[in-house]
Amino acid sequence: MQASPHLKRLEAESIFILREVASEFENPVLLYSIGKDSSVILHLARKAFFPAKPPFPLLHIDSTWEFRDMIEFRERYARQELGLNVIAYHNEDGVRDGINPFDHGASYTDIMRTQPLKRALTHFGFDAAIGGGRRDEEKSRAKERIFSFRDRNHRWDPRNQRPELWSLYNTWKATGESIRVFPISNWTELDVWQYILQERIPIVPLYFAKERPVVRRGNDLIVVDDERMRLEQHEKPVNMKVRFRTLGCYPVTGATESEAETIEDIVHEMLTTRSSERQGRAVDREEAAAMERKKKDGYF
Amino acid sequence: MSVAQEVYSQLAVHNSKDLLRFITCGNVDDGKSTLIGRLLLEAGAIYDDQIAALQNDSNKYGTTGGRIDTALLLDGLEDERQQGITIDVAYRYFTTQRRKFILADSPGHEQFTRNMATAASNADVAIVLIDVTKGVSVQTRRHAYIATLLGVKQIVLAVNKMDLVQYQSDVFQRIVDEFRQFATALGRVDAYAIPLSALEGDNVTVLSGNMPWYQGETLLGYLDNVRIEDRLRHASLRFPIQRVSRPDANFRGFSGTICSGQLQCGDEVVVLPARSKARIKSIVTMDGELNRAETHDAITVTLDRELNLARGDMLVPGDAEPRITTEFQATVVWMSEQPLVIEKRYWLKHTTRKTPCEIKTLHHRTDVNSLARLSAPVLRLNEIGFCTLQTTEPVVCDDYQTNRTTGSFILVDRITHETVAAGLIASSAEESQPGYWSSASALTHAKRQQSLVRMEDREAQYGQKPGTILITGLSCSGKTTVALQLEKKLFEAGKIVVVLDGQWLRMGISRDLAFSAEERSENLRRGAEIAKMLNDSGQICIAAFVAPSAWVRQKTRELIGRDRFLHIHLSTHVEVCRQRDSTGQYQAADRGEIQNFPGVTYSYEAPDDADLYFDTSLQSPEAIAEEVYQRLVTKWF
Repeated sequence: MQASPHLKRLEAESIFILREVASEFENPVLLYSIGKDSSVILHLARKAFFPAKPPFPLLHIDSTWEFRDMIEFRERYARQELGLNVIAYHNEDGVRDGINPFDHGASYTDIMRTQPLKRALTHFGFDAAIGGGRRDEEKSRAKERIFSFRDRNHRWDPRNQRPELWSLYNTWKATGESIRVFPISNWTELDVWQYILQERIPIVPLYFAKERPVVRRGNDLIVVDDERMRLEQHEKPVNMKVRFRTLGCYPVTGATESEAETIEDIVHEMLTTRSSERQGRAVDREEAAAMERKKKDGYF
Repeated sequence: MSVAQEVYSQLAVHNSKDLLRFITCGNVDDGKSTLIGRLLLEAGAIYDDQIAALQNDSNKYGTTGGRIDTALLLDGLEDERQQGITIDVAYRYFTTQRRKFILADSPGHEQFTRNMATAASNADVAIVLIDVTKGVSVQTRRHAYIATLLGVKQIVLAVNKMDLVQYQSDVFQRIVDEFRQFATALGRVDAYAIPLSALEGDNVTVLSGNMPWYQGETLLGYLDNVRIEDRLRHASLRFPIQRVSRPDANFRGFSGTICSGQLQCGDEVVVLPARSKARIKSIVTMDGELNRAETHDAITVTLDRELNLARGDMLVPGDAEPRITTEFQATVVWMSEQPLVIEKRYWLKHTTRKTPCEIKTLHHRTDVNSLARLSAPVLRLNEIGFCTLQTTEPVVCDDYQTNRTTGSFILVDRITHETVAAGLIASSAEESQPGYWSSASALTHAKRQQSLVRMEDREAQYGQKPGTILITGLSCSGKTTVALQLEKKLFEAGKIVVVLDGQWLRMGISRDLAFSAEERSENLRRGAEIAKMLNDSGQICIAAFVAPSAWVRQKTRELIGRDRFLHIHLSTHVEVCRQRDSTGQYQAADRGEIQNFPGVTYSYEAPDDADLYFDTSLQSPEAIAEEVYQRLVTKWF
């Protein structure tokens, strides 16, 4: 397939950003969520530093409620096949206290994702964290910088962000402060899929439609991924052919009914869809401002 | 057709699309957010669940009485949505059958010049919104100026709210004419005007039936069809090294992105600033080796010999080298609450190189509303000025209008690490020309009648050849004292001589001038014009001026005429001048009461081309006057 000039530009821009991070920071890390955006960034990082390996480790913040397929993919592909340094980190206290998405609602994400992320960044002394955020995902991300400054408490202040001109990124910071970097800021969801197709990038099978045990909660289709899933009395999982557009903790990530079994099918679906990818995230739908508040607190 | 075939045929369309980056500038009141929201909505960039959320938001925050308020699609952050104001740059993405678009939505308020400059720095096209009921406003001018300054070559003049003037063509035409008249001052820029109504949807994506007199493009049609020339592709190779790659002892590659031009295996390149030469041995990517690479490509090259290169070095062709300099002039957009401080050390980031730098001289500030050049002691947030910068390490650069990448830089505060300014490097043609040296006379039919007295007759009658002796130096360096000694000597020798002193001029003819670079230059220009008149009448003129700018001294020499001009520079040390200062000027400058004081808060560009140099702490004024007199005897008399 002929490479797209549009994707070539996006790819080059992302590679430039990744190389800036590696050159300007002492101890960068790639936040690896195992999703499609992370997979694209990982692929871009391999390209950026070829023939060398990416000069930073991968950090996966494991909420302990991930889909099993994600953990399996992380171990098989990132760790074994690519031979990369993968750090898996989770909140021990949260596990001990039995924090779960059923009982702890909004504070669950904070305790099992945001808090361990902040703790891991501090623990390992990472001064730059590369993430997969895209500006087209959500309104408050539309204003995010590519190099996004965080204070010593990892907080984001929307009123105090550095202006970003041309491709001259301000990477200066004091000890303890850090910068989050979003190399695929300018990519859309369609670009991501088109690129995955063009480059044949391996992704978690959850993105492909398959018969899966599903319960319907409101408008969400929740896949029962393991025995910890708490079912209401009237709920009985039924097999449906579903796939995911985004991945997160399985009890709060909605699947969509789909027949898309290949990347070609997914791209086809993307070209005709009328709903946004975040529709599947119960956590985002509450109110548009929710995301912004979470970001201020240090969520990615 | 199978799904795969169908996808590939659809992708073939996608793959042929190019990318257009554009910005929108205007006020909330001009209906900007409404316009962009409608553009996104009608271009199909908004998903159904987002439309549902928008309807929800419209009921909650909207200003359209429950109708979908497309403006709410744009305002992203919670604070500003509640205020109903866009306060930052937001990026939007959409695609049509022909193009992919990245829209940087930038705010229109006065205090946000910095955001607009940020948005414009990567844009090809700017949509400047005008409210038809208000006409070309101060803001319209400002937006057009900043966009063109940042290198945007295409402007769309979106004349909005046509529904409020009953879609009359003459109202539209008047505004377009007014804008075009103003736009000629901006230099090379294409402006395309479209009458529209964002609220009603006229001429946004569909030609309006309400304005049959308009047969041009709709807004979206324009964006789809406008030709964008990527001038960087045709420019000379610029490849700044971003990173040295050494995975093992056998491989040594240089990674980076090609800013402009192209590169091919076997090409000979020069490495700047070291000036070593090498040939490109290979172009390495994960997808295999390439024979050639183009502008914007992110690649890794190897060279045919071992050179010790580092991040920040640049590969260029031997026949088209950029400037290598530690001093250059640039337009600077100030972006910090903390004003610019002359001679303070900042970090400068240019391509992949960082160096300490300082701003030596602030020549003038440009009023973004009137485009007038004003004198300015400092630059404040959202002000734009023209400066001379000096860097500790050499910068390998082009001018901004030629190359947006190698012609741009940012300044960063060394303590707060805030990005304080964005800089656009000037070409030598644009370099500062403070004052009115190059201005044309307001007279349109100027003709000067010839004097009836010939110069030879004057010289014979007065027994002298006329000329101007310019004495320069810091305040209290002894200029006037030397000038008066020299006057006495010349007078005693029977010569006709006049002393012009910069200070004296300021008491009368230059009473209107203060002490900016611009005004200092103007004071000397007036002095030079007077000296020339005196010389033309056969008299000798001794001119004593501080004259801190080399360029202005050069213009003085040209105005008076090289063969009639003698430059004496007093290099008396600033500490000596300070001690001599009986009027307390230096102390006042230290306290900031006098601004732009050469030797204290303003740099003095010491000449290297003066005819004679003296130091009044080593020689008496009489002795200096005698030496100058002897020089005049051999040169002029």
